[in-house]
Amino acid sequence: MNRLLILGTALAALFVQPAFAQEQKLLNASYDVARELFVAENAAFVKAHPGVTIDQSHAGTSKQARSIVEGLEADVVTFNQSTDVDFLAKQGFVAADWNKAFPNNASPFYSFPAFLVRAGNPKNIKDWGDLARDDVHAIFPNPKTSGNARYTYLAATAWAKEEYKDDAEKIEAYITKIFDNVPVFDTGGRAATTTFVERGQGDVLITFEAETRGIEKQFGKDKVENVIPSVSLLAEFPVAVVDKVAKKHGTEALAKTYLEFLYTEEGQKIAAEFGHRVHNEKVAAEFKSQFPEIRLVKVDDVFGGWSKIQSEHFASGGTLDKLYGSR
Amino acid sequence: MSAVSSHRKPPRVGDNTVFRRALIGIVLVLVAFVIVAPLIIIGVEAFSKGWAIYRDTILHPDTRHAIMLTVLAALIAVPVNTAFGIAAAWAITKFDFWGRRFLLVVIEIPFSVSPIVAGVAYLFVYGLQGLFGPVLDAYGIKILFAVPGIIIASMFVTAPFVVRELIPLMQAQGRDLEEASTSLGASGFRTFFSVTLPNVKWALLYGVILCNARVMGEFGAVSVVSGNIRGQTNTLPLHIELLYHDYQAAGAFASASILALIAVLTIIAKVALERQGAGRVRKTAIPAEKTA
Amino acid sequence: MRRRNVLPGLPLSLGVTLFYVGLIVVLPLAALVIKAASLGPEDYWRIVSSSRALASYRVTVLSALGATVFNLFFGLSLAWVITRYRFPGRRIIDAMVDLPFALPTAVAGIALTALFANNGWFGSVLEGYGIKVAYTPLGIMIAMCFTSLPFIVRTVQPVLEDLDPALEEAAQSLGGSDWTIFTKVILPLLAPALLAGLSLSFARSLGEFGAIIFIAGNQPMSTEITALLIFIRLEEYDYQAAAAIASVLLLAAFTMLAVTNWLQSRALRYTVKG
Repeated sequence: MNRLLILGTALAALFVQPAFAQEQKLLNASYDVARELFVAENAAFVKAHPGVTIDQSHAGTSKQARSIVEGLEADVVTFNQSTDVDFLAKQGFVAADWNKAFPNNASPFYSFPAFLVRAGNPKNIKDWGDLARDDVHAIFPNPKTSGNARYTYLAATAWAKEEYKDDAEKIEAYITKIFDNVPVFDTGGRAATTTFVERGQGDVLITFEAETRGIEKQFGKDKVENVIPSVSLLAEFPVAVVDKVAKKHGTEALAKTYLEFLYTEEGQKIAAEFGHRVHNEKVAAEFKSQFPEIRLVKVDDVFGGWSKIQSEHFASGGTLDKLYGSR
Repeated sequence: MSAVSSHRKPPRVGDNTVFRRALIGIVLVLVAFVIVAPLIIIGVEAFSKGWAIYRDTILHPDTRHAIMLTVLAALIAVPVNTAFGIAAAWAITKFDFWGRRFLLVVIEIPFSVSPIVAGVAYLFVYGLQGLFGPVLDAYGIKILFAVPGIIIASMFVTAPFVVRELIPLMQAQGRDLEEASTSLGASGFRTFFSVTLPNVKWALLYGVILCNARVMGEFGAVSVVSGNIRGQTNTLPLHIELLYHDYQAAGAFASASILALIAVLTIIAKVALERQGAGRVRKTAIPAEKTA
Repeated sequence: MRRRNVLPGLPLSLGVTLFYVGLIVVLPLAALVIKAASLGPEDYWRIVSSSRALASYRVTVLSALGATVFNLFFGLSLAWVITRYRFPGRRIIDAMVDLPFALPTAVAGIALTALFANNGWFGSVLEGYGIKVAYTPLGIMIAMCFTSLPFIVRTVQPVLEDLDPALEEAAQSLGGSDWTIFTKVILPLLAPALLAGLSLSFARSLGEFGAIIFIAGNQPMSTEITALLIFIRLEEYDYQAAAAIASVLLLAAFTMLAVTNWLQSRALRYTVKG
């Protein structure tokens, strides 16, 4: 019995965590493929603010948002789609006008879905139209669980809208074709990368340009290469302070400083080094040669905003479910 | 050893040389493909980028923390489940009460329920939107996305392990010895420690070993409740997934090799126990309530 | 018939058991059921019988059946070889049977994927014959085979060991061929244990997640298992749907366990009598 008592006490000690504030500490809940980026950003930030620790958590942003609502105490979020921040706002964790709190729609950098093909581009994949060819198998994660793949789906739709002059039937046929040819649906962006690169599945990986550049760097141009389509969809990477948690932790000021740091020249430079396009003019000019020109369309212009997209495309019974159902 | 039975007797069924060799051959090949190959590929992939990468991965603070956390979870979950297992086995085998069979089924649920279901169920209890989450939060008690959640999820998944090993054996041994002991005036605890325990100690140890292996390796349930905070709530199996998706397949396999090593040690320990227990454990090892 | 029980410790041991089971097992599962029940019968039925959910049950159940049938033959042969024959390496093989129990499922998952992807050791050979394993239902089956193999071996093995040679001898002296003796004498004796092992193996396959998630293609309607569908519903913030589908898995697990216990109690009655 004694043993049980001791165990019980030990357990109790574990469950009740000290409530007093220790050193300044932030938890950044972020999207799946941002791991390396934030390792670098955090190191730079900590260097400028000694005594601060930044913890990282990475997963699909929908999972992250859900975890925060269930009790994951993240002080800030750095997501890859605004719907998940909106979800947090609706639940009262983030201010309703969060996208006014920081410049550029609270998005310190941006990117867009681009292609990564095997070295030499053996299937000659140049643009969105090629994805619907019979001999092309595209790899991207499940749009239901991955923000990354939502952009892919929307970018392909945006291209089709222009190409087929809003002919709904043709657009649907095109998207259906792409989905039918996807051999593996992973749950997150990184799992899809592994499937494409390490497991040799598919002919083209579709993910953020930032990611395709990173993969190219990581695995070498003799294995994979980056292809920029004719047009793509602007992907903003919204950031926000999770007010409810930050207030509890007393980290509101620090959280704000941290997110502001992402907008500084230093923060922007790191983002650019990891393949993100940035707004800071000086840094953008410096990395100009790395980033070819591309025409980017906006979610609001093409689809009329995220909430409309959510109900038309991604909600249960929406376009996406019909696509799955068609298989 | 019970194996002695097939010695110098007239040929038994299936002792035909051709059949015998063919069957052994097929089984060996299948074992090689199904069981040995996965083990080997872990080793091969772990060292595919060289010893230096392997060492760096293992010594990386995040990996070390993941190992520590995994060990901590095992240090708490295994003794608790052992104590529970003994209590449950004692209640179920030494007494008759209404609902005994049902209780046994309930205890075994975690065994065949998907770990994901377990994780989800815990969200509904301890999550901020769940039954107790808001109350616990008001008192500053964190369970989900923190170490306690990981431990509780591990306890769920491994709850039946010790009980399962003990029940068949304790059932087969009946109650006579214990009854004799208590009628001679020994206390319940004394009876347990000096009469029951010596008879079931190998089965108990085997259950503990399997329980430990499972706690250390649990993935599904823990992945739902962990929060994936690097260096804080990442257990070793989660860390493997993280590395696997971090362009570090070699690192993932390096971490996996630690768990594979634990698995192999588990099996060696089990074989050693069988030798000690002279076959007794083997017969009651897994579910059949069949006993010597 | 029933004697008065003189043993002490019922209140304590039963109390501890009920408290622990209540807290760790029943409470979360009850919360799950409550959540699912909050849907109302119509919505519940719509969710658990949607075409995608049905497809996921089909994939899960069919793969589990395939894996169990394969394990019936493989597991039985393995148990037979280990108990009836003496050959070098027998003890090692015997020990290795427990590896799938001891090896974390996630580790098994990445190892099997590395082996069976079309650039892996086995995958590259199989691809030459036009067989794809990783990212197809076959891959799900293989992962299930791996994780559930020990159940059949370990349930059959003790019965096989204790088989009375006299029975076989008697049958032999009556002139029965090996095959006849096996099917008419040995198999019936093994049947209860074999069935129990099969149902455990099947139940385990239904619930497997970690090993499968890596090797399955996770394609809705074709290689999406039920556990993954729950996961996806969660990611979509659709808690009630997740709970509803989870409750189906829970019911399946519960039924399988009840069946297993019933089979085992029959096996016990049988062997005690003999």
